[in-house]
Amino acid sequence: MSEADRVLIKGNEAVAFGAVDAGCRCYFGYPITPQNEVPELLSSLIPENGGAFVQAESEVGAINMLLGAGACGVAAMTSSSSCGISLMQEGISYMAGSHIPGVIINMSRGGPGLGDIGPSQGDYFQAVKGGGHGDHRNLVLAPSSAQECYDFMFRAFALAFAWQNPVMILGDAIVAQIKEPVRRVPPAGTHKPEAMSDLARAWRIEGFGGRGQNAVPRLLKSVYLVEGALADRNRLLLQKYTDMRREALFDSEYTDDAELVVVAFGSIARIARSAVRRLRAEGRKVGLFRPVSLYPFPEEALRSRARGRRFLVIEQNTGQMLEDVRLALNGVSSVLWHGVMPGLFIGASELIDPILQAVKEKS
Amino acid sequence: MSQTDKRLRPRNDEKLVFDANPVLNERVTHYCPGCHHGIAHRLVSEVLHDLGVADKTILVASVGCAAFTYDYLNVDSVEAPHGRACAVATGVRRARPDAVVFTYQGDGDMAAIGIGESLHAANRGEKITAVFINNTVYGMTGGQMAPTTLLGQKTTTSKQGRSLSNEGGPIRLAEIMAQLQGVTYSARCALDSVKHVREAKKAVRVAFDAQIAGLGFSFVELLSGCPTNWHLDPVAANKRIANDMIPVFPLGVFKDVADESVEGKNV
Repeated sequence: MSEADRVLIKGNEAVAFGAVDAGCRCYFGYPITPQNEVPELLSSLIPENGGAFVQAESEVGAINMLLGAGACGVAAMTSSSSCGISLMQEGISYMAGSHIPGVIINMSRGGPGLGDIGPSQGDYFQAVKGGGHGDHRNLVLAPSSAQECYDFMFRAFALAFAWQNPVMILGDAIVAQIKEPVRRVPPAGTHKPEAMSDLARAWRIEGFGGRGQNAVPRLLKSVYLVEGALADRNRLLLQKYTDMRREALFDSEYTDDAELVVVAFGSIARIARSAVRRLRAEGRKVGLFRPVSLYPFPEEALRSRARGRRFLVIEQNTGQMLEDVRLALNGVSSVLWHGVMPGLFIGASELIDPILQAVKEKS
Repeated sequence: MSQTDKRLRPRNDEKLVFDANPVLNERVTHYCPGCHHGIAHRLVSEVLHDLGVADKTILVASVGCAAFTYDYLNVDSVEAPHGRACAVATGVRRARPDAVVFTYQGDGDMAAIGIGESLHAANRGEKITAVFINNTVYGMTGGQMAPTTLLGQKTTTSKQGRSLSNEGGPIRLAEIMAQLQGVTYSARCALDSVKHVREAKKAVRVAFDAQIAGLGFSFVELLSGCPTNWHLDPVAANKRIANDMIPVFPLGVFKDVADESVEGKNV
């Protein structure tokens, strides 16, 4: 791979290129900062690739267009940020309940409410605990670089079709706006876009004539009124969410001999890694564990590193992933927490003291 | 379906003049006695059958009494959240350019919670057909006020009768739709009499024709009875449509881009 194969683009632009290269053929969305480069770029890329781009009248409209296109077994996506994602929750719940795939980008911003347009990880609970009404889960991936914004789009569409489920890319204002070199090459081992429509053949709506003689009509729905039917549906969903655990992804660095392991995701994980490396250079026994999939949470991998170590969760919110880390470690190790408030732009130097403080608290 | 075909097959000396419609199945509906959903279903299914497009049709079902339309029509279907059928249909249409796509929505669904999605899909000229059932009341939830409830009409949430000062007036969706550039056809019909039902079938046919011709968004409003929530028997409910509803919701074609004679006629 030569330097010439790399392009200097924003995380948002990497999402757009990744989407079309991964086979996305429909985009529906409504403008909101800090993710506007996604629809702006896709407004030309998608039609150039024979697909449909629609600027919806609202986020509510966008997510329901995604539901419709996903029901047809077509690779489709939307993108938004925090308050826009809140508006989409109704549709996301229906998609989950109806087994309809789709990819949703949340380049989140400071909240609650209108908040600001700065970085935040305040949508963690909403993303990984369901977010919409009823019992449902989204598969959630958290990129921390522009390259990952590109690469994760392939994984996102593959997961959406493999599990017939909404998949969310949870980024933030930093990863959305950061500009860095990106290799626009499909990551090794990723599916071909055609594989998605093959998977969808078994369930998509298309007009029953498309399935040949004696085909019977299909119905994609989430309503189950007959006594016991909804219970069965939820058992099926529970089984799916349990099986999804094998999709858990993580990164770790220096955890083998670390006394303190920093747990962080997304942009903050990248900043924390700089801090951890700096402290390692000074001989401090600190490491980093970075959940890449936030749902499923890589709890087994984290647990396997638990004995003899303490953990410091660093996240840009008031304490959300902290709960999942505590659940995963289940009292085996002590878990400390350092919160960076939403809307702040921090550097690695601002994490040095909190990490050193956590190291000190040992004695 | 095949059993029906067998049963209805004419003998040698008989000429077949009427046949079962394979797009409408034989299930007994869950609708109340005197409800017009059954007629509306039949009109839509007959048009799909006449056009020979049922096998490439996708129904976007809505919420309310008509949520279970897919139980009766033999077409591929997807369920939309409350009010969002036209947005879901937009996604279906964009993903499947060759399908015939339609929504079937009540007045609460399309004119209240979903009026935004409905008007914008119409304005974009999405090549879909919307069948709009207007019975001036929320049926499934037990007779609450709808955007189409008549002034003075008593409902469970307008017990003194709807008033202009407190609840506003009934929304005339067919007229609103006709003003949008993306709309190719907008008509209002009624299901209270044989004559009106025949006119309604023509309107439904023209609406689907317009979609298949790729002209844009087509819309048919059907004034329908809700004897249960109106607290009337079915015959009296039909009279209410004629006497009370039609004066407020005039019948006619409000827009038909394929027919120049309609321009300005009823608008």
